[in-house]
Amino acid sequence: MTEQLIEEIETMEKKREKEKHQGEKEYPKSSVTLKIYRANRRAGESPHYDRIEVPVQRWTTVLDALLYAKAYKDQSIGIRYSCRMASCGSCGMKINGIPRLACYTKVSELQGREITVEPLSNFPHIRDLVTDFSQFFAHHHNVEPYIQNDNADMPEKSKLTEFIQTPEDVDKYLQFSYCIKCGLCYSACPTVATDTQFPGPQALSQAYRYFIDSRDTAPKERLDLVDNRHGIWRCHFAGSCSAVCPKGVDPALGIQLLRGHLLGYSKNEKKVAELKERQKKDD
Amino acid sequence: MHKMTMLRESQIMKIHYITAVGALFVVAVHIMMRIAVMPYGMSLEYENVIANYQNIPYIVLLESILVLVSIHGFNGLRVILLELRQSKKWEDGVTVLTIAAMIALIAYGTRTIILANGLGVE
Repeated sequence: MTEQLIEEIETMEKKREKEKHQGEKEYPKSSVTLKIYRANRRAGESPHYDRIEVPVQRWTTVLDALLYAKAYKDQSIGIRYSCRMASCGSCGMKINGIPRLACYTKVSELQGREITVEPLSNFPHIRDLVTDFSQFFAHHHNVEPYIQNDNADMPEKSKLTEFIQTPEDVDKYLQFSYCIKCGLCYSACPTVATDTQFPGPQALSQAYRYFIDSRDTAPKERLDLVDNRHGIWRCHFAGSCSAVCPKGVDPALGIQLLRGHLLGYSKNEKKVAELKERQKKDD
Repeated sequence: MHKMTMLRESQIMKIHYITAVGALFVVAVHIMMRIAVMPYGMSLEYENVIANYQNIPYIVLLESILVLVSIHGFNGLRVILLELRQSKKWEDGVTVLTIAAMIALIAYGTRTIILANGLGVE
């Protein structure tokens, strides 16, 4: 009797569940339309958008969708990519208006059934989704993104020095060393949009990364590199660089910290370290 | 990268920030004086305005407002104009022009203060 009652209840529940789902219309996201920016000025092709429908799965990234479109719908789509795992920073593009890495953006996380893909802003355009990174890399090169230490190059092996760092020393620059030079922050920066000589968030945060590294012995020279008319002071602190970074780097923070050192109100870790070192020797 | 001739950009920006804080303070004192000492409408009457210019501490306050706001404002204008175009000629032109305008404004404002005080030639 009890078993019969339980069975009846279960049947009723199943029926109710079925009725509930019948009222809702399900739209499985089995395909999306890619609205791709196309332009090839050298070939006389004016800018326009191509709409291409591609099948997608739950795990499909925008890069997967674009590569599907390129492989099966239109082989002429210009796109730059390499690692497909957010390590190389090659596939940066504007996806629904926001600079993102195509390989790191899943179709399922985007709103709507149409995805607009455009080349990154603030970069000279080459073709379709491909932009020219020369200027961006030149700014990166100008801040001398490498450790400068006279004691590092020892001709004799016996004089080799070990540069010991505490975890606290590493913490000061670690997040900035995660930068993959994808250019998303540069594309999102409103100052770069008007001032091409402005180094941009990437280069400035790298300037801070090496400035604050305890192994580096050229902090003053580094400050001189960014302390000019089109340097660090032109940052408006919009913060969009930090918002779009796919690696969790906070370039806006690096810029503000470096500014603090330039203004002289930041605690000068290098000076403190030098004084401590001197004290040790005196003792 | 441009070589700075007189001041480094960080020194200019330090002046920019200090004048901003200073201007906020002196303008706040000025507004307080306008509304706290007497009703606002009364404070704008001719005799009261001239009386302010006879008051030496108040003259110092007005001159401070003039100098601080001019320095801060014209440097702000320089920064905005620098971002418009990038060429050595434009940048030097903008810098010279804003400094000249700032000096002219401070000179004209100071002249007004001196005249209103009665020290000037009548």
